[in-house]
Amino acid sequence: MSRASNRFDTKKVNSELVTLTYGALVAQMVKDAENTDDVSKQLERLGYNMGVRLIEDFLAKTGTGRCMDLKDTADKIQSAFKMYLGVQPNVANWSPGGDEFSFILDTNPLTDLVELPDDLKNLKYCNIICGVIRGALEMVQLDVQSWIVQDQLKGDQNTEIRVKFIRRLEDAMPAGED
Amino acid sequence: MSLPGRNRTSILDKPLSRGKGEISLSCFALLFSEVVQYCQNKSRTVTDIQNRLHKLGARVGVKLIDLYFVRERGGKREIKLLNILLFIKSTMWKALFGKEADKLEHSNDDENTYYLMEKEPVVNRYISVPRDKTSLNCAVFVAGMIEAVLVGTGFPAKVTAHWHKGTTYMLKFDDEVLLREKQME
Repeated sequence: MSRASNRFDTKKVNSELVTLTYGALVAQMVKDAENTDDVSKQLERLGYNMGVRLIEDFLAKTGTGRCMDLKDTADKIQSAFKMYLGVQPNVANWSPGGDEFSFILDTNPLTDLVELPDDLKNLKYCNIICGVIRGALEMVQLDVQSWIVQDQLKGDQNTEIRVKFIRRLEDAMPAGED
Repeated sequence: MSLPGRNRTSILDKPLSRGKGEISLSCFALLFSEVVQYCQNKSRTVTDIQNRLHKLGARVGVKLIDLYFVRERGGKREIKLLNILLFIKSTMWKALFGKEADKLEHSNDDENTYYLMEKEPVVNRYISVPRDKTSLNCAVFVAGMIEAVLVGTGFPAKVTAHWHKGTTYMLKFDDEVLLREKQME
């Protein structure tokens, strides 16, 4: 058929649909919530819920195995960025201990068409990504912390998302299973 | 000369993206699921949920007007009812969902009413409606988008989503729209 329909993979949607849907949701949350920090927290939570389910999709589509070390994990998340957001961040700024690293995004589809008004300068608009990373890794027994270091919405050159390894979670078998 | 606090480049200084970026459907589906859950948690009744989704959709719609008319139409807006309907069915649908809407029909018994049909709206693909909420159609989010575009371009209308041949959006225009239309002929 026409090229227009080929251009669109059925497993893809236009990024503006996502950007604007997310923007509408954040705007609504800001209206509903008492203060900005609450919204940031809720956004992280929302991302967490998505991450918990997204990891399954990732494992099923890539057939990827167990990660050998945190470097490996960082590479996998890097490819997940490409797969789900269509952008490839750089992995950088490893801590000397090797338990902390950053993803550096020079473009971020979530913040296309977005501008933060002055009274929302401390809103962590991209916190949803931190939540997704935390949720997804928790499902593969990695407890991590994730936060935003630099934000293009606040005038920084790049968006930098920091990930810190906390501990490995022990397999907790549901009761009644061996 | 720059005013204090205004020396940062604002979003309007940057070129408009071409809008060809793509994001995984799984990503959108999960995000939309969170949107629906958020609305659900804030509401008591199905009507409440639908109203909230409609409102959120409208927020998206308002942004689409400028975006698409600047990018796809060189800033020229539509003044004819049929053209704005086709704009929604083709231009807007293609840009957003990668295809045209399935069908556009004029109601037989009410000249103010049009129907836009879609068998499988992408927003509903991964949603199963619980048994106690069968009337809930989350495509009301898209209905909100359409309504905002129509109202914002000067064709005031009410747009609702219904379960009929998949999903049918009912576009009910205010009388003034048809009156104006007749004057133009």
